[in-house]
Amino acid sequence: MLQAYAFIVRRELRLALRRKGDVLNVLVFFIVVASLFPLGVGPEPGQLRAMAAGVVWIAALLAAVLSLPRLFAADHADGTLEQMLVSPQPLLVIVLSKASAHWLLTGLPLALTAPLIGLQYDLPTDALGVLLASLLIGTPVLSLLGSAGAALTLGVHGGGALLGLLVLPLFVPVLVFGAGAVTSTLIGINPSAHLSLLGAFLAVSSLIGPWAACAALRVALD
Amino acid sequence: MLETTALACERGGMRLFSDLGVALQAGGLLRVRGNNGSGKTTLLRTLAGLTRPAAGSVRWRGEPIGDDFRREMLFLGHAAAVKDEMTVSENLEFSSRISCLDVAESKIRDALECLGIVRLADLPARYLSQGQRKRAALARLALSASVPLWLLDEPFSALDDEAIARVSALCAAHLAAGGMVVLTSHQDIPIAAADARAIEMRG
Repeated sequence: MLQAYAFIVRRELRLALRRKGDVLNVLVFFIVVASLFPLGVGPEPGQLRAMAAGVVWIAALLAAVLSLPRLFAADHADGTLEQMLVSPQPLLVIVLSKASAHWLLTGLPLALTAPLIGLQYDLPTDALGVLLASLLIGTPVLSLLGSAGAALTLGVHGGGALLGLLVLPLFVPVLVFGAGAVTSTLIGINPSAHLSLLGAFLAVSSLIGPWAACAALRVALD
Repeated sequence: MLETTALACERGGMRLFSDLGVALQAGGLLRVRGNNGSGKTTLLRTLAGLTRPAAGSVRWRGEPIGDDFRREMLFLGHAAAVKDEMTVSENLEFSSRISCLDVAESKIRDALECLGIVRLADLPARYLSQGQRKRAALARLALSASVPLWLLDEPFSALDDEAIARVSALCAAHLAAGGMVVLTSHQDIPIAAADARAIEMRG
């Protein structure tokens, strides 16, 4: 089972490497959206510092929503998903490995870029660290819950927009605690409570997300 | 070993077939014939466990089909499940690994040889023609001798005469070794089988 997990993740990474545009689009989208805000609201440092975490987190959510429709769509179109369903591998392992690969290809690069964007917003070093930590804990939630959303909207006409409407409300707790962790650091409060809650949310979504995705995939391919 | 009892399937609220009972023993070949839309693909997908029947059941070795069944079954649908970005041999390696088949490199090459596409082994699948793509998908058959039940949806479509001969020879060898094959086909391709049956679907 672990073997199946590893080779599906490896395959996803290999496919992404040969289709670099998809991964880069999401990352560039994230950087552009987060960089538009200082241009729009003006260069007042205090104001920028206060809104930095919220802006970075919202940009990350939008970037995740942009990338999610492709999670199952390509495999669905060429019949690979069907082969995965009839294979002896447990569907839960397949979904988990696809969600993991999605995180490695979108969540992780976003989290690693975020401190650079934080610099644009004049965030102090300790807040940059917390921003990175909050994204490292929070972005897997986007991939896990997102996998359920992607499976539910599979094959639906205009599924991309529907997917956004479906999953963005589910991401609200991640946004609140993720941005809250950074903001509390700025005003001198220990962010560990926020980060722990993010961790708890990650634990819950790793149970619910893939399980819901499995059920939705079985229905989509019926 | 594979049997259906009073099987009925619906698509979009329309009854495609009902009260279908077929039984297949080791070495048995079942051809599913019928016009477009008569439910051939739906029947195969139901046998594979992808589509839920409206009534009745599919049994394998006397048990309702479940996780163990998927180890003993190979389903090849309309879509070739071949990734454009990967080479022909990488595609075959992945589809075999996910089915828990042996994927030694020599075996992969033998399987491609068997379908006459070994010279395309390192070519990205995006450069394949429709027929070559189909051959790449069917190369799995050459690795699946140990899988008792083959469910093949239109295996001969888009294939030239030479490839059809190769695929029917693979099926015949599988049947002779005690395997089972269910296939849908518009053409009447001769396959040597001790126990060959056909059902005609009327939509």
